[in-house]
Amino acid sequence: MSIDKNASGTVYQRFQGTAEFQELRTRFRRFAFPMTVAFLTWYLLYVVLSGWARGFMGTELFGAINVALVFGLLQFVTTFGIAYYYSRHAGRRLDPLADKIRGDIEAEEAQGAGTAEDAR
Amino acid sequence: MSNETLSILLFLVFVAATLAITVWASRNTKNATDFYAGGRSFSGPQNGLAIGGDYMSAASFLGIAGLIALYGYDGFLYSIGFLVAWLVALLLVAELLRNSGRFTMADVLAFRMSPRPVRTAAGVSTITVSIFYLLAQMVGAGALVALLFGFTSEFAKGATIALVGVLMIVYVVFGGMKGTTWVQIVKAVLLMTGAALVTLLVLTEFGFNLSSLLNDAAEQSGKGEAFLEPGLRYGTEEQGLTGKLDLISLGLALVLGTAGLPHILIRFYTVPTARDARKSVMWGIGLIGTFYLFTLVLGFGAAALVGSEEISRVNEAGNTAAPQLAEKIGEIMFGDAGGTILLAVIAAVAFATILAVVAGLTLASSSSFAHDLYAHVFRKGKATERDEVRVARISALVIGAVSIVLGIYAQRLNVAFLVALAFAVAASGNLPAILYSLFWKRFNTAGAVSAIYGGLGAALFLVIFSPVVSGSEKALFTDSDWSWFPLQNPGLISIPVGFLCGFVGTVLSKEYNAEKYAEIEVRSLTGAGAEKAVKH
Repeated sequence: MSIDKNASGTVYQRFQGTAEFQELRTRFRRFAFPMTVAFLTWYLLYVVLSGWARGFMGTELFGAINVALVFGLLQFVTTFGIAYYYSRHAGRRLDPLADKIRGDIEAEEAQGAGTAEDAR
Repeated sequence: MSNETLSILLFLVFVAATLAITVWASRNTKNATDFYAGGRSFSGPQNGLAIGGDYMSAASFLGIAGLIALYGYDGFLYSIGFLVAWLVALLLVAELLRNSGRFTMADVLAFRMSPRPVRTAAGVSTITVSIFYLLAQMVGAGALVALLFGFTSEFAKGATIALVGVLMIVYVVFGGMKGTTWVQIVKAVLLMTGAALVTLLVLTEFGFNLSSLLNDAAEQSGKGEAFLEPGLRYGTEEQGLTGKLDLISLGLALVLGTAGLPHILIRFYTVPTARDARKSVMWGIGLIGTFYLFTLVLGFGAAALVGSEEISRVNEAGNTAAPQLAEKIGEIMFGDAGGTILLAVIAAVAFATILAVVAGLTLASSSSFAHDLYAHVFRKGKATERDEVRVARISALVIGAVSIVLGIYAQRLNVAFLVALAFAVAASGNLPAILYSLFWKRFNTAGAVSAIYGGLGAALFLVIFSPVVSGSEKALFTDSDWSWFPLQNPGLISIPVGFLCGFVGTVLSKEYNAEKYAEIEVRSLTGAGAEKAVKH
């Protein structure tokens, strides 16, 4: 990845503008943001139904196991599932790209362009 | 040997082991990174265990099992918010925080802002949240000793609070983050083992048939099928709309609060890389989720085998349900001696639980005092590392002493609401500031300060005028009534207020630092320039 070393700004500003970094940012946000909205909605739906749809929640499915219990246990399943899905996504789609960009930044800083270090 | 003696012996073994760990940790704590972040040398699984040890408080172990034992389904409902909340930490906070901060929550907030006002706000909020949480745990410890050992005198309760306080001060002052983390790891292993054992015995008793366990629980509770449905504790039909809105308010505070709790956030700094931070949250989620599944069995098991009447006779809030169940199931399975031993084990585990959590809270608040307020606000960033760590140790001592005194004073007060309040404050003030800092380009000093003070202020203001502080039987002050805010938990209003304050504060100020935004964005996502682990 070549970046224009004569461009203005710090090393971070130059890397922020690269297509590679923008791709990493998009991959992260496209996963994390909608997923957050989804699990929060799913959780709030559960809480709201627990408050306002008690007849439905009390429906017995098999034995003493009712909808409320299954719905609650499903929250565990989705939490474990989303955590696993995220870590797989991160390992495959985010980490390699992040490593590559970090390597490039560190290489450039090592060349003496370490404005960020000096500024701190 | 009586169960009390055995329990005290087991507890002393735990104390001796943790003190040995503390001595070891103090020898290996040489600089600020060691003290604040354990040298960033813990592995993902180790930190995951410590996350569990830090998070699963006596309120979750004894409190949730008790809630389920007395109110059935609603206790389970309560535990779910505590678990789902970890997804916010995993997806949005843990890794980015690890990549862009050093020691405290404020490191991330102050990254591209004017440091003094932002660190002051973050320090105030960190210390407020931690002290609330700490106080609830300390008072809980006093109540627990009375319940488990029959020491009901004011003196015995006070002495227990003082003992817990002194131990937590020793862990933090000498062991720093290394000592505290190992205490939490040991506690997590003990708690999971103890809970798993009792769960397994209960399931065996019911032939691994969940339905028959639930049936028995519902029958013994005297409430029938309603015991297995929502609505006995939160948003009961008598409370009408207010009660149901309170349920939503509590749910929001729990699910959004975790990722804003300072003592949880600093745990992400103890690992070498963001990837380890991710791994540790994965482990944390696995442990915490499994633990709440155990408490589901423990709670319903206590209702079925001990009976709600017997549980509420011993403690109105049901806090002894888990120990009572341990004794009962031990007797059923192995005779009287089995009951005695199992009760003693669970009682000792409960104390270990409290100690690990209070140590984490003391560390979080003293770190923030030393690193944010002392080093960056009072000394304007000119304090040496040695100075900073010395101040952190002194402030751990002071915070510990203050919480012992407050804990003893608050013994007779009803402070159970403080845990939910700590979550509400964290969700209202800290979370908006953290999320805006990480993801909103335009965010600035005015926005950060407004979000924290706005959210914190709104939560505190509303709770002061709520029924948990005055005007109800279970209020902090039962004699007078100045309440007008109907909800017990302020989250429903204060969380949106915090986000709104952060937004308005930001757009009203022209400050914008493109250079620093580029740095935090690139650093947080790639890990470039992130703090490295210490090599000894």
